[in-house]
Amino acid sequence: METFQIIVLLLDATLRVATPLVLAALAGMFSERAGVVDIGLEGKMLGAAFAAATVAAVSGSAWVGLCAGILTSLMLSSLHAYACVTHKGNQVVSGMAINIVVAGLAPTLGYAWFRMGGQTPALNGDSRFRGIVLPFAEAMRDVPIIGYIYAELISGHNIIVYMAAAAVPITAWILYRTRFGLRVRAVGENPHAVDTAGIQVDLMRYKALAVTGFLCGIAGTYLSTAHGAGFIRDMTAGKGYLALAALIFGKWKPVPTMFACLLFAFTDAVQARLQGVALPIVGEIPVQFIQALPYILTVLLLAGFVGKAHPPKAIGEPYIKER
Amino acid sequence: MAEKKPKFGTPPKIPGWVNYALVPLMNLLAALLISGVVIIIVGDNPIEALQVLVYGAFGYPEAIGYTLYYTTNFIFTGLAVAIAFHCGLFNIGAEGQAAIGGVGVALVCLYFDWMPTWLVIPLAMLAAAIFGAAWAYIPGYLQAKRGSHIVITTIMFNFIAASVMTYLLVEVLIDPNGQSPESRSFIESTWLPFFHSVIDMPRTPLNLSFIYALVLSGGFYFLIWHTRWGYEIRVVGQNETAAGYAGISPAKNIILAMMISGALAGFVGVNEIQGVQHRLILDFTGGYGFVGIAVALMGRNHPIGIFLAALLFGALYQGGSELAFEMKNINKEMVIVIQGLIILFSGALEHMFRPKIEAAYRRIAFPKPAEAR
Repeated sequence: METFQIIVLLLDATLRVATPLVLAALAGMFSERAGVVDIGLEGKMLGAAFAAATVAAVSGSAWVGLCAGILTSLMLSSLHAYACVTHKGNQVVSGMAINIVVAGLAPTLGYAWFRMGGQTPALNGDSRFRGIVLPFAEAMRDVPIIGYIYAELISGHNIIVYMAAAAVPITAWILYRTRFGLRVRAVGENPHAVDTAGIQVDLMRYKALAVTGFLCGIAGTYLSTAHGAGFIRDMTAGKGYLALAALIFGKWKPVPTMFACLLFAFTDAVQARLQGVALPIVGEIPVQFIQALPYILTVLLLAGFVGKAHPPKAIGEPYIKER
Repeated sequence: MAEKKPKFGTPPKIPGWVNYALVPLMNLLAALLISGVVIIIVGDNPIEALQVLVYGAFGYPEAIGYTLYYTTNFIFTGLAVAIAFHCGLFNIGAEGQAAIGGVGVALVCLYFDWMPTWLVIPLAMLAAAIFGAAWAYIPGYLQAKRGSHIVITTIMFNFIAASVMTYLLVEVLIDPNGQSPESRSFIESTWLPFFHSVIDMPRTPLNLSFIYALVLSGGFYFLIWHTRWGYEIRVVGQNETAAGYAGISPAKNIILAMMISGALAGFVGVNEIQGVQHRLILDFTGGYGFVGIAVALMGRNHPIGIFLAALLFGALYQGGSELAFEMKNINKEMVIVIQGLIILFSGALEHMFRPKIEAAYRRIAFPKPAEAR
């Protein structure tokens, strides 16, 4: 029973860590499937986290904060689109510029507005997304195994965790079963063919990046108003890049990407527990090794040692119409 | 030298200074303009802020010393990113390569400190180059031989480098008498000489590695434009397929360019670890690797341009810390905003102003004769 409880609690922590990763990775999926590299996931999340925390603190409502987060992230992704689609700028440079600008702008504005060293005021009550207890969770708790899993693992998360869980099948459905999804994928694979079919490549990429902005906005909001209680500088701490790694590890497909996010989040949850614990055979594993594991795995995958990743064919190339 | 008449229908040639001076200047102005707007939003006076910034960067001898010290780092990372660009590669990993280069420097300074100073200094530089190059070799190899995208692998290698650094400083190299994750201090005979100990100027972190950076810039120019290696690197960067037909191995040159890039980035460790900190610390790379991308972009991958861009960012770093002291609503992150905006305008949005500037230049320089209408 003891081990069972530990496992359930580990998985519970995994879900909480995985939520922003899943949302950001799905965000990146729309962008990259449409042929636009997006290393600006980090910046968009950070921007959304700051905006959501600021607005939630002022308005007292987490939902208004969510709207502000999404709006900010949308603005940043339109900037990305403006630079890389309209002006055919370098996509990597644009993403990086967005990351750096936001990393500076959020604490600058936070410092000027709240005078708390770049943080936003602590959120509580309705200005945060709180856990939702699903029906019968308490009644079921005493049912062996299933009841405990239901009460601890499935019930009691905040709404954004459930949104992230829903986002995976929805994304899969949009990408593979709708006209929009077909076009997004086509634009990323062969924009010339799409153009020949009379669809505007640039407009499609703008739309895809809008979805990216929307999802990143939710991911960022989660960090500051649901997982945390307020904005802290650099609170994304590389999660945008980790999501990018998960996206590649999941080979740009929704369900594998979700599992990659869960795997990476699980290593994070385990890492906290393994600190100083000697394992059988291998002995004590350095924490830093576990922290670096997602990145090492991604490199190995990219190198073709663990399966093979096929990125969208037109990724990273601005589309220039032949004249 | 008689001017050749342009062929009918071809647009008149735009002189170099428009492309190499006017366009970057316009991009810089746009970035500063937006930064000014941010400063107004924050509630300060942008003109005053600019004055403080310029004075803080160049106004007195100590400021100049600090500015040039930051400039040194940016020259190293700028050159590092530039040589990769010449080979058509995007090295985002200068940050990690610099960190690992610093480990090389620290190992020499910690364990070879019985050697005389004149031997330790070149040895440490060599170690920085070897460690940085080795760290860049892996992404280079993976790009050349296994087709893994260099942007992604170098990003991943930055994170792996950060973990390696933490591990080394927490578990291996930590000063047994200290609490914080840093190595013991190096003995004084391994330090790089400071400028203020040689010439008459106030105490600043400016050290010998500044001269070294200038020498390397000259070497970079020679390597890229006057040697066979540089030629091959540029051909691969322009067109891999053509390079292959010309008997130039793309794979070999990709790996070579990445290794030189990593070595150059590693020299940040020489300036920071051997020149200033005199011990290995965490996060001494402080974003220099990322700013190197901006430096290379603004400097158009040419050593002179890179020097000027590095000077600009050095001034921004130094003047920016002054800004945080002097202005009541601005803290030091404002510099990061300005940096990001410069990268945005001179990198991602570089095609925004150029066509307009070129068109305007044509209109002014080559006015259409009236009868042509």
